[in-house]
Amino acid sequence: MLIARPVSKPLTRLRGSHAATLCCLLLLGGCATVPDLTLSPELLAQRQLQTRRFETNDEQKIIRTCASLLQDTGFTIDESETKLGIITASKRRDATNVAQWIVATLLGVPPDKDQIMKALVITSPVGTSGKQVSVRVTFERIVFDEENRIRKIEALNDPKIYQSFFEKLSKALFLEAHE
Amino acid sequence: MKSDRFCKKLIVMILLFLLAGCMTTQERLLDVETSQVQLRSIQSRVLDTADKEKTMRAVIATLQDLGFMLDRVDYTLGVVTASKSRSDVFQPHAIGSLRMTVTVRQRGEKQLLVRANIEYQLRPVTEPKPYQNFFNSLEKAMFLEAHQIE
Repeated sequence: MLIARPVSKPLTRLRGSHAATLCCLLLLGGCATVPDLTLSPELLAQRQLQTRRFETNDEQKIIRTCASLLQDTGFTIDESETKLGIITASKRRDATNVAQWIVATLLGVPPDKDQIMKALVITSPVGTSGKQVSVRVTFERIVFDEENRIRKIEALNDPKIYQSFFEKLSKALFLEAHE
Repeated sequence: MKSDRFCKKLIVMILLFLLAGCMTTQERLLDVETSQVQLRSIQSRVLDTADKEKTMRAVIATLQDLGFMLDRVDYTLGVVTASKSRSDVFQPHAIGSLRMTVTVRQRGEKQLLVRANIEYQLRPVTEPKPYQNFFNSLEKAMFLEAHQIE
């Protein structure tokens, strides 16, 4: 050995058993527990929040109205499969927030800059006679910081968002029916 | 010193362990370390229905229930791809980590074969539990019993 080693001090040296424990913890830390895909009560509550039923048997009309409502609210349609009652849409918007900016600056991390907001609408005929159509919409957002890195992806679970979406949808359906 | 030798041995062992984890691109491309046959039986279920549309709708509803966002859907191919990448659900550093593809295929005259593939944090999921839970939720959504393939 060319490198001179300092005389071992009892306080700074790891004992064998300690080292082994640390290594084990390190290895365990690398193993991610796989999400087990169970329907938790939390997820069921979200379903409740995001779903409404409409008294109609015309699913195509509902999905058309959803598509135009999404466009009205500034979304662009990414993917759709009308046979299965699906629309996905997204928009990119500013995400700057004064409070978040102050906190981020104090912590020395880049503050939020912009975000991609995503919407997923799924319709399906329900009820024994198929006289109702259920509509479920899910919103989530991907937030980017000033260095354009993804900072977080979160579901938007504020009940107000969903209430206002469904109010608008009801209005649009009503208007369309009476045109 | 005794503990010194122990430490050295431990380091060598860990290095070997880490080296054993290294794979070539070809091995990763074809995921050679997993048993294909066993995995197929974990990932597949047979449904006693020929209604592809209803089955696909149930798959999509189940995925949405589980908090997934849809990436791609094709009725003709019977493919649904979805991902769940919310950082508030899992560890904050594991963004964009959970992806899933479900295919629905005709199997004979009166049955459909549903196959799910889950990928989590750059690895295929080979544990049976998540698949079982997914198929249980799907069964509930369809009021049908999904059998294991023989």
